[in-house]
Amino acid sequence: MALSKKSKEAFLGPLNVNNPVLVQILGICSALAVTVQLKPALVMGISVTLIVAMSNVVVSLIRKSIPTRIRIIIQLVVVAALVTIVSEVLKAFAYDVAMQLSVYLGLIITNCILMGRLEAYAMSNNAFDSLLDGLGNGFGYAWILVVVAFVRELLGSGKLLGYPVIPQWCYDHGYENCGMMLMPAMALILVGCIIWAHRAINDEKK
Amino acid sequence: MEKFYQIWKKFGKNFEEGGKLSFLSSFYDAFDTFLFTPNTTAKRLGSQIHDGSDSKRTMILVVLALVPALLFGMFNVGYQHLLATGQIPCTGLTCELWWKAFGFGLLAVLPFIIVSYVTGLGIEFIVAQIKHEEVAEGFLVTGFIIPLIVPINTPLWMVAIATAFAVIFAKEVFGGTGYNIFNVALIARAFLFFAYPSHMTGDSVFVRTGGTWGWDSTMTAVDGFSGATPLGMLATSADANMLPVGFWTAFNGLIPGSVGETCGWAILLGACLLLCTGVASWKTMLSIFGTAALTAWLFNMFGPDTAAAHFPWYMHLVTGGLMFGAVFMATDPVTSARTECGKWIYGALIGFMVIVIRVLNPGYPEGMMLAILLGNTFAPLIDWCVVRVNINRRMKRA
Repeated sequence: MALSKKSKEAFLGPLNVNNPVLVQILGICSALAVTVQLKPALVMGISVTLIVAMSNVVVSLIRKSIPTRIRIIIQLVVVAALVTIVSEVLKAFAYDVAMQLSVYLGLIITNCILMGRLEAYAMSNNAFDSLLDGLGNGFGYAWILVVVAFVRELLGSGKLLGYPVIPQWCYDHGYENCGMMLMPAMALILVGCIIWAHRAINDEKK
Repeated sequence: MEKFYQIWKKFGKNFEEGGKLSFLSSFYDAFDTFLFTPNTTAKRLGSQIHDGSDSKRTMILVVLALVPALLFGMFNVGYQHLLATGQIPCTGLTCELWWKAFGFGLLAVLPFIIVSYVTGLGIEFIVAQIKHEEVAEGFLVTGFIIPLIVPINTPLWMVAIATAFAVIFAKEVFGGTGYNIFNVALIARAFLFFAYPSHMTGDSVFVRTGGTWGWDSTMTAVDGFSGATPLGMLATSADANMLPVGFWTAFNGLIPGSVGETCGWAILLGACLLLCTGVASWKTMLSIFGTAALTAWLFNMFGPDTAAAHFPWYMHLVTGGLMFGAVFMATDPVTSARTECGKWIYGALIGFMVIVIRVLNPGYPEGMMLAILLGNTFAPLIDWCVVRVNINRRMKRA
């Protein structure tokens, strides 16, 4: 199936050149909060991707019947319903991760990426393109989370997905985990570094 | 000297555009300016707006001012080691032991200086090479201060990481020397403090009981030895009236602490040089000491019933890093307030915060680092307000 240029752009753009976190600097708060370990970051990334994609589709389908003046409320209702479903599913099947994500799962409702995509894209495009756009933005957000969480868990607690990966002899020879990595400030600096590299690469291309 | 200069310039031809060593031109520039600039002096006639001094000469003066604190710090590291391992007889130090203390300290502190300079200058050179700029002189002082403000038992690789972090994220990303918001050396210490807290506080980090480079490595601490700093003892004391150390002992500086921070008179010697040459502002220093004394006195009078609050106000001035911070770090011309009135406010903020942190926060026995960093944060705002007030006053007068 050949995709139109617009559809391709809707999916691929947010992954790199128009990344919601790196370029639009949206969704930073949750990127700081859930990236201490890789597992919650992965779950958070998947949840946000699902919710953005689904809410984009739903809003795009009903966009012609939404009264303009109350569109934000209607968008919120759609997002809130989806967030509730996801959080209930997580509580049922992955209780410990849901507890780790705690309030940030519910706060997906207020994630700027969602409202931004609904307003900027889903309200004026068809359902299929909106789905691609939602998936693209969700993955664009998720890969940043995963990269940041990878570095933070590796250097901060010497583990990946909860399994120790730094061999014991490193510790025996004086290596120590960097406590700074466990603090939100370091997530901000790491995101800054990714933005730095991203700009450096993309500016060279131009 | 003239001859050497000619040879040096001839050698420099290699580094010019197209020369075979042109990719190392910033190295050459750095050493060239380090050795030979400014090679003019202020003219004797006519009025001068400012003297012929530049930032390189300023930096060298600060480094000179730090030398007494460093030398004493080395001696104290060795002295504390001898004390902890019970090598000092009750008759006092002999000449031999004196040299042993100094030699031990020298060997212990020297690696810190080397690591800090190699890491920091390495990054500076690389960045200068990438940006095609001259190497800035900013690291000269930073690299000298970092060894003085860390506990002697900090592993060297941690110092290297902290230095690299501070140079990159506190200086280079802001635009290099002269553009940093925070004191770079303090950022290095803050990084260590938050990343490896077990190596920055506690009883065992400030005194080296083991050996240095195999020297004295068979020694162990004597029974009943505690390596706690006075402020550390204070923070954990259950006795509300305990006084860990006397005034003159603390002022003379033969107590556990970070390398360069313990000795009052060595720091004051440096302060004299800085004040006489006009490098540091006496307003900032005076304001910090004054406000800290006042705040501590208020805690003495009306504070809670804890050992830290009962600690006499004059003792606060000579223990911990307050003196070192007030003289060498808060007065950093880049990160402190620039306006004359702003310097008083900036100093007052630091002096107030350091005592509040010491007395009211049981987790942090010492608060100078955090107080100065907070002061750095507010310095631009203070300046802005002072300038605004001044403008408004003059507008009204017009």
